[in-house]
Amino acid sequence: MTDAARGDLLVVDDLIVEYPGKGFRAKPFRALTDVSIRIGQGETLGLVGESGSGKTTLGRAVLGLAPVTGGRITFEGEDISHASRKQRQKLSRDLQVVFQDPYTSLNPAMEIGEILAEPLTIQGIGPAESKARIKELLDHVNLPSDALHRQPREFSGGQRQRVAIARALALSPKLIVCDEPVSALDLTTQARVLDLFLQIQQDTGVSYLFVSHDLDVVRHISHRVAVMYHGEIVEQGPASQVTVAPQHPYTQRLLLASPVPDPDRQEVRRANRRRLLDEQKNPDLVAAAGS
Amino acid sequence: MTEPVQINASTATLARTSVFKRILKNPMGLFAIAVLSIMILVAIFAGWIAPFGENTANIGKTLAGADSVNLLGTDSAGRDTFSRLVFGAQTTLLSALLCAAVAISIGLPAGLIAGYYSGPFDSAANWVVNVLMALPGIIVLLTIRAAFGPSVWISMIAFGILISPGYFRLTRTAVQSVRNELYVDAARVSGLSDSRIITRHIFSVVRAPIIIQTAIVCGVAISIQSGLEFLGLGDPTVATWGVMLSEGFKNVYLTPTLLLWPALAIGLAVGSLVLLGNAVRDALEDREKVTVSKRNDPPTVALQMQRGPRKRTASVEVGTEKHLVKVSHLAIGYPQANGTLKPVVNDVSFTVDRGEVLGIVGESGSGKSQTAFSILGLLPPEARIISGSIQFDGEYTVAPGEDIVNQSRLSELRGKRISYIPQEPMSNLDPAYTIGSQLVAPMVKVLGISKAEAKKRALKLLSDVGIVDPARTFGAYPHEVSGGMAQRVLIAGAISCEPDLIIADEPTTALDVTVQAEVLDLIRDLQKRLGVGVILVTHNFGVVADLCDRVVVMQAGRLVEGGEVREILGTPQDPYTITLLDSMLENKTPMTMLVSQGGTKS
Amino acid sequence: MVTFILKRIGSGLVVLAAISCLTFFLLYFSSTNIARNILGEYATPEQVAAKQAELGLDQPIFSRFLAWVAEALTGNFGTSWFTNESVVQAISNRLPVTLALVVTSIVIIAILSTLIGVAAAVKRGWIDRAVQIAAVIGDAIPNFVLAIVFVTIFAIQLGFFPATSSIQPGADGGAWVASLTLPVIALVISGLTSGAQQVRSAVIKQLEKDYVRTLRSRGISEGVILFKHVLRSAAPAGLTVLSLQFIGMLGGVVIIEQIFALPGMGALAVQSTTLGDTPLVMGVVLYTVIIVILVNLLVDLANGWLNPKVRVS
Repeated sequence: MTDAARGDLLVVDDLIVEYPGKGFRAKPFRALTDVSIRIGQGETLGLVGESGSGKTTLGRAVLGLAPVTGGRITFEGEDISHASRKQRQKLSRDLQVVFQDPYTSLNPAMEIGEILAEPLTIQGIGPAESKARIKELLDHVNLPSDALHRQPREFSGGQRQRVAIARALALSPKLIVCDEPVSALDLTTQARVLDLFLQIQQDTGVSYLFVSHDLDVVRHISHRVAVMYHGEIVEQGPASQVTVAPQHPYTQRLLLASPVPDPDRQEVRRANRRRLLDEQKNPDLVAAAGS
Repeated sequence: MTEPVQINASTATLARTSVFKRILKNPMGLFAIAVLSIMILVAIFAGWIAPFGENTANIGKTLAGADSVNLLGTDSAGRDTFSRLVFGAQTTLLSALLCAAVAISIGLPAGLIAGYYSGPFDSAANWVVNVLMALPGIIVLLTIRAAFGPSVWISMIAFGILISPGYFRLTRTAVQSVRNELYVDAARVSGLSDSRIITRHIFSVVRAPIIIQTAIVCGVAISIQSGLEFLGLGDPTVATWGVMLSEGFKNVYLTPTLLLWPALAIGLAVGSLVLLGNAVRDALEDREKVTVSKRNDPPTVALQMQRGPRKRTASVEVGTEKHLVKVSHLAIGYPQANGTLKPVVNDVSFTVDRGEVLGIVGESGSGKSQTAFSILGLLPPEARIISGSIQFDGEYTVAPGEDIVNQSRLSELRGKRISYIPQEPMSNLDPAYTIGSQLVAPMVKVLGISKAEAKKRALKLLSDVGIVDPARTFGAYPHEVSGGMAQRVLIAGAISCEPDLIIADEPTTALDVTVQAEVLDLIRDLQKRLGVGVILVTHNFGVVADLCDRVVVMQAGRLVEGGEVREILGTPQDPYTITLLDSMLENKTPMTMLVSQGGTKS
Repeated sequence: MVTFILKRIGSGLVVLAAISCLTFFLLYFSSTNIARNILGEYATPEQVAAKQAELGLDQPIFSRFLAWVAEALTGNFGTSWFTNESVVQAISNRLPVTLALVVTSIVIIAILSTLIGVAAAVKRGWIDRAVQIAAVIGDAIPNFVLAIVFVTIFAIQLGFFPATSSIQPGADGGAWVASLTLPVIALVISGLTSGAQQVRSAVIKQLEKDYVRTLRSRGISEGVILFKHVLRSAAPAGLTVLSLQFIGMLGGVVIIEQIFALPGMGALAVQSTTLGDTPLVMGVVLYTVIIVILVNLLVDLANGWLNPKVRVS
């Protein structure tokens, strides 16, 4: 209860996720090891890491889409590590998701109106009320109201991602898990969708667990940042610190690996990165030089 | 970036014409539906249409020819062929439906459950399916007939069970492909129950394949049933086409027409069902096609382009032969259904010199990859050069007036002087061959060296691109190495024959950032060391800043700006370039709006 | 590799056991009047009872099945109840005819559909359209209807081929060729159309893969790309279709053999099931299932050889 008292919306303690191995008596595959994060009201926690680092798995575990082997996930003081489908249904009012691929996250056979109505109908909201709410949502994500009777394939990637965001917003949730929501988008589209995420947070006070492989994206949108590497969190702290002056060697490498759009600054960064790699390869040498 | 199909919201509403209308518009579909409807009507009103009963025999008039009483003659027992044909339609169609119904009611639910939950039920069901598929169908049906008598219905129920694996596999595969789709995950997050997820999201996916499969199964059922009856194993008291066929075959020397009518009826029924299945499939695929071609259409140009008289390869303009590559006013288009060419690249000009790195930057749909592939001569076969020319090292590869890339000219250059680094490392290696053999083959072909020599060079190349254990990678299959390693292998392949120009299409986009940095270092080192010209296609200005000497920016098939990399990135002139650079997150104040007041379109 | 084969043989044996069990119990329903059928109408009830005892029909079904299994495991499948010919003998007389028919057809289908399918995929244009139309027509006409048409036209009306087979034990090659030509053509036509269509789409699918473009960019010639790379990757799809066709044909020849009066397994199957000749039916079913299992094993091995990724897992 102390967590809730501190105003934390989501608390993950020592989470372990293991997928059963393929084949009979195969060793299970451990995707997450002792992961702990917390997200406050109206706060964005950026989760950054490379492919296979477990960042997506953490988001899926919070959503009940990955098996929790150990540890605890608490949402508003309630243990949801092994929530049943019924509990999830109740939980879905407050906990929602936006996935990476806007092409497969919307059912191609359904109209936009049906897609947006689905979460409302599950909660027993009547057709008239849900229709009004859907109009409001489309307006909120800057989509025309005639989108209602169209199918997902009639929209561009950025527009589809707006539909997915509208679906997540339908029940005015407290936390949205965003799994690489801008990675499949073009640069200019990415900028507009990031603006939308920020705008929504300003308007509604929603919290985000924002998963991305791109340190720049995470720096731009997060209050705090956690860095994942091989299924563990190696560094966690305020965005301004983790994404600018990181402590952990992996985060340092990550920061310097991303090229900047200026040939001269990039040359400097390249040199810094080389130096860092050398230092990390020969820590003794550096220690000797430092003393 | 994979280039997603950009569909403009306002142009695509036409897409949803009903599938049924499309089937009717297809001549084959119309024919099939007409034939089947007539057969069904005949079957329903058989009692009224047929002038005689199915077994009414006129002993005085056997094997008679057609006349006004017996429209199609009589059989060896003096029964009216036309009446038997009409009653035969009843039994034949009903039994085919029974068979399909049995197969669906077993295969569909089993497939849904096995596909959605997998686990023990899936394994058990698969085992049963393997048993059923190993059974020699007709022999089992013969046994069942021996056990339960010559009933059409019993044998069709049995056959329904025997072919239910078809539905099971179809459904299971469809469900498995959907089960992990993100929209199903989204439904789970919303707390939708499994049964609602299956009915709402998954059943809609299997509906169309089931309809197609059913048409085909009904056809197979009719032919199997007729086949059994042809063997003389049918119920002789019931008039079916198969029994009539068998009867006709016995009298083939006397009255071949007795054989003709039932054979024709079976052929028509089975054929129509197959055609119907095909028409449904076409109609569904057509629907997909229409929406894809409905991109936001720029104006199209007529197919008849100005085309210069064919001549030997023209010599290039004096003074331009010093450029390694010179692209002048290039336009590329694709033929449309209405006979016009839709341009995807328009009036693009640039040059690349020896030892220079040129970046082509743009978003998806900008035509940057199309431009690069036209230099390699690897555009899809339907692509047309609308205008402009491409020259490589002082000779035209696309001379002015030519509408396709001359393959004989380019096959001289490809692999030898121009090479290619693709975007997606894994899909660009043939999974069936070792990495070594895929490196050796081009060197043997292009450089004309021996296999042993090529192997030695390949090992050296692998170590040059920073692979720690070249011998092991040489013997490995593509699926046994990581993505970053595979990309190094592809780079080794690109430099293996010491080219003058490397075309790299988003070479680091599919890689993790840390691996991207290593691969960029590798490309830079190799480029410096070999003095090779590089055309780097990318959407990432950071990559441009890291590698390129000069850069051109493309938008919607046009080149909007080009110049020295510092100039373009530092003081861009074109508004589009400015927007692109403004969208970069690096060096921006966190938590601020990037696009002023948020745009309304994306 | 060896474990893979052993595993597959093991599961094949389990399938075999399940199917024999199933068939044996099905046949139970048709064997109630067997003794009377064998002895004819005029046999006395005592004779019938004696015959029943001789065939073991007075035993409960389970002990009959166990007895059959025990014999079958030693390779003894018994003798026909009606002809007293040994089951193994009867089948070894008939099997060569059926196998000759089916294997010849499959080999011809494999070769022709590869050639036609590849040509359609590479050249596109008219040949592609022809293949697609032919595939629809081929699917639409049941092969036995085609066979009937052939017999009527070429054997009965025109007399080019014998309408009835002249294959007997010890018949010469000429008789085999004359008797098998028409049935093989009938089987090939209906199998070829869909086979070529499948090869076509598998080849087109491979030609659109990224690695083909990369091979082209390396200066590898079109012929090498097609025959060394594309065809190898397309082969598993083709093999699967062929194996399904093979299994379908093993059943389908029952009717074809009847039309051409060929003394193959099909005729034996019809005759034995009609009479309820349990030992013979069991023999026919077991031999057919063993062939099916072997073919599937071969296809899996071939696919493993073609695709190293499958080989590992």
